[in-house]
Amino acid sequence: MSIRERLSGNEAIATAMRQINPDVFAMFPITPSTEIPQYYAQYVADGRVDTEFICVESEHSSLSACLGAEAAGCRAVTATSSAGLSYMNEVLYVAGSSRLPVVLAVACRALTGPININHDYSDSMAERDSGFIQLYGENNQEVYDNYLMAHRIAEHPSVRLPLMVCEDGFITSHAIENIEIEEDDKVKAFVGEYHPENYLLKKENPLAVGPYGVSGYYMEARVAQAQAMKNAKQVILDVAADFEKTFGRKYGFFEEYRMEDAEVAMVIMGSSAGTAKAAVDELRGRGVKAGLVKIRVFRPFPGEELAKVLSGCKAVAVMDKSEGFSACGGPLFAETSGACINLDKRPKMIDIVFGLGGRDFTVAAALSVYDRLQNIARTGEVGEVYTHMGQREA
Amino acid sequence: MAYNLKEEMNKEERFHSGHRLCAGCGAGIVCRAMMRAVDPEDKAVICNATGCLEVSSFQYPYTAWEDSYIHTAFENASATASGVEAAYRAMKKKGKLDEKTNFKILAIGGDGGTYDIGFQSLSGALERGHDFTYFCYDNNAYMNTGTQRSSATPRFASATTTPAGIESVGKKQTQKDLTQIVVAHGSPYVAQTTLYGNMKDFHEKAHRAIYTEGPTFVNVLTPCPRGWNYPAENLLEICKAAIDTCVWPLYEVVEGEYRLTYEPKKKLPVEEFMSKQGRFAHCFKPGNEWTIEAAQAYVDKKWEELLEKCK
Repeated sequence: MSIRERLSGNEAIATAMRQINPDVFAMFPITPSTEIPQYYAQYVADGRVDTEFICVESEHSSLSACLGAEAAGCRAVTATSSAGLSYMNEVLYVAGSSRLPVVLAVACRALTGPININHDYSDSMAERDSGFIQLYGENNQEVYDNYLMAHRIAEHPSVRLPLMVCEDGFITSHAIENIEIEEDDKVKAFVGEYHPENYLLKKENPLAVGPYGVSGYYMEARVAQAQAMKNAKQVILDVAADFEKTFGRKYGFFEEYRMEDAEVAMVIMGSSAGTAKAAVDELRGRGVKAGLVKIRVFRPFPGEELAKVLSGCKAVAVMDKSEGFSACGGPLFAETSGACINLDKRPKMIDIVFGLGGRDFTVAAALSVYDRLQNIARTGEVGEVYTHMGQREA
Repeated sequence: MAYNLKEEMNKEERFHSGHRLCAGCGAGIVCRAMMRAVDPEDKAVICNATGCLEVSSFQYPYTAWEDSYIHTAFENASATASGVEAAYRAMKKKGKLDEKTNFKILAIGGDGGTYDIGFQSLSGALERGHDFTYFCYDNNAYMNTGTQRSSATPRFASATTTPAGIESVGKKQTQKDLTQIVVAHGSPYVAQTTLYGNMKDFHEKAHRAIYTEGPTFVNVLTPCPRGWNYPAENLLEICKAAIDTCVWPLYEVVEGEYRLTYEPKKKLPVEEFMSKQGRFAHCFKPGNEWTIEAAQAYVDKKWEELLEKCK
C-alpha cells in the first residue's frame, strides 16, 4: 500500500534517496536544492541509512567524489542547482564519457546574472549536451517517481549513463503537496542492488578509468556514448512500464494532454504545464481544439515520437523557460522544430521564452498564447517566431 | 625491516615500462617507487590529476599501471580519491568486499594539479580526513602544456610565461611552500623528499605515508629535463644538488613533530643547484649577480626556519 504523505519536492527526493540507500552521497549546499542533503544528513544521523555522507568543499568536488565512488563500484548521488550545476560542468562531461551512472538531483534555478534564486531552466538546459539523461517532473509526485526510476535507467548495461532528476526550484522543491510514497521494501525491490561488472575495488581484476584518447580512438568512444543515449530510450520506456505495473502510475517520454484532435498545442516542461493545462481545459470548454505536450524526457530527446504527435496540429507554441541567446529561440524550440523538419505536413511553430528567474506564468498568459496560435492557424501567418513573454515593456 | 635496494628492485613492477614519459623524466621514477612502497599483498587505486603523467601512462588502449587507476580531470584528484575512499568504506561496511584484501588509496598530481588548480580539492580532502596518500611530483611548472610558471616555480626560474629577457630575470615570486600548508591542515604525516641515492629516503617516507591512517602527503621534487633545461642523464646529480644546497630540504612531520631526514655535511651555495639548469642561465650573466644573492638569502632564511622547527 502506498502512503499518502505531505512532502515538498526536496523532501520527496530525499525520501526516495533514503529508500534506495545509496552507498555514497557527496554534498555541497546551494539554494534551492540544499534541503535534499539536509534531510539526508538527518537520516544518516538517525541511523536510517548507512550511506557514506561526505560534505565536500564545492560542487566540482561533489560530482568528482561521486565519479570516484561510482567507478569504485558504488551507487553515488548528489544534488545541486544553478551555479552549482555550472561549476560541475567539466565533470558532468567526464561522468558521461566515463559511463558512470551517477544520479544527480537538480532543483532548477536561474543562472546569474543578475543573481537570482528562483526557477527557470537556465542551469539544466546549459548542461543538456553534457551526456546526462534528463528527466523533468511537473509536480512532487512526478519528481519522486522519476527518482525511483532513475538508477535503473542509468545503470542499465545498455545505457550506463549519468542521469539528472530535475525539479522546478521553489515551485516544486519547496511547495508541499499530498503525494503517494511507496513502501520502503517495495522501492528497494523495484530499484534493486547495484552490481557493476567492473569496478576499481574489484580485487581479481583491476580497472583503469579515464584514458587519454587520441584521434584514433576518441571518435569510437563518442559514438558508443551516443549509442548508449539512443539505447536509453527503450530502457526508459521499459522501466516506466515496470513502474506502472508495480506502482500504478504511468509515464512515457512526454505527457499528451487533450492532444487527440488538437489543432493548437503547446510544448512545455515542468510545473508550468499544470498552469497551461487549466488554460487547455477552459479552451476545450469553449470548443477550441487545444492541447498540450509536456516533455518529461529531454535527454534523450524523443524527437520522432514528438513530431508524430505534433504532425496533426496547425500551430504549435514551444515554451522555453530558459534563454539560449541564440537570437533565434530557446533550446526546447531548437529541438522541437528540428524534430519536425522531415514531416510531410508540419505545424506552424513559434517559440516563447517565459518565466525567467521565477517570473510568474498564469492561466491568462497561457490563454494569450493559445489566442496567438488560433490566429496563426486561421491565417497561416506566423508573425514573429521568437518572442519573450511576461516582461515589463520599456 | 631495514631498507634493501636489491630486495626492493626484485619486487614485481606495478608501474610498467612502455609508458610515454620523456627519457629522464622524474615522474616515472616517482611512480615506480611509490608503487614499491605499497606492500605486495595490498592492492591500490591510483587517482591521477590530468598532466604529463596521465597522458603518458594511460593512453588508450594501454596502461602502465598494474593496479586500478582513475583519471577524471585536472583539479580534482583529491576529490576523486575522496569518493573512492568513501566507496571503500561503504562497501566494506556493507560486506561487499573481501575483508582480507587491503586497498590503499593514492592520489598523484604534478605541482599544477596540486599547488594551483587542485589546491582547493586537496585542502578539502585533507580537512575531511580521508584515509589516502597524496603524492605531488613537483617539477616546478606546468610541464604538460610547455613549462608555464606555477606557484611551485622558484623565483628567477625562466618559464614560458615568465621568460627571462632584457627587462626580466624570470619568475618574480618565490614558490608557495605547500608542504607547510599541508602541515597546517594537521595531517598525521607529511614529508618532503626527492630522487636521490638508493631511494631509501623516498621509500621510507612513501611507505610510512601510505601506512599511516588519515590524509597523508608526500611532496617530491621531481626534475624535468625539458622544463629545467639540463641533459636528461643529470637527474640524480640535480636532485643531490637540491638537497645539498638546502633548496629542497628533506624532512618529515609526524603528528606535528618535525624531523630532518638529511642534513648536508657542508651546505653548498645555491649556484651548485642553479648553474646546472638552463632555466637559471640568465642569473649568471654579468649584472644579474644579485639574483643569486637573493636566491641564497631566501634559501638560508627557509633553512634556518626549518632547523628551528626541527629542534
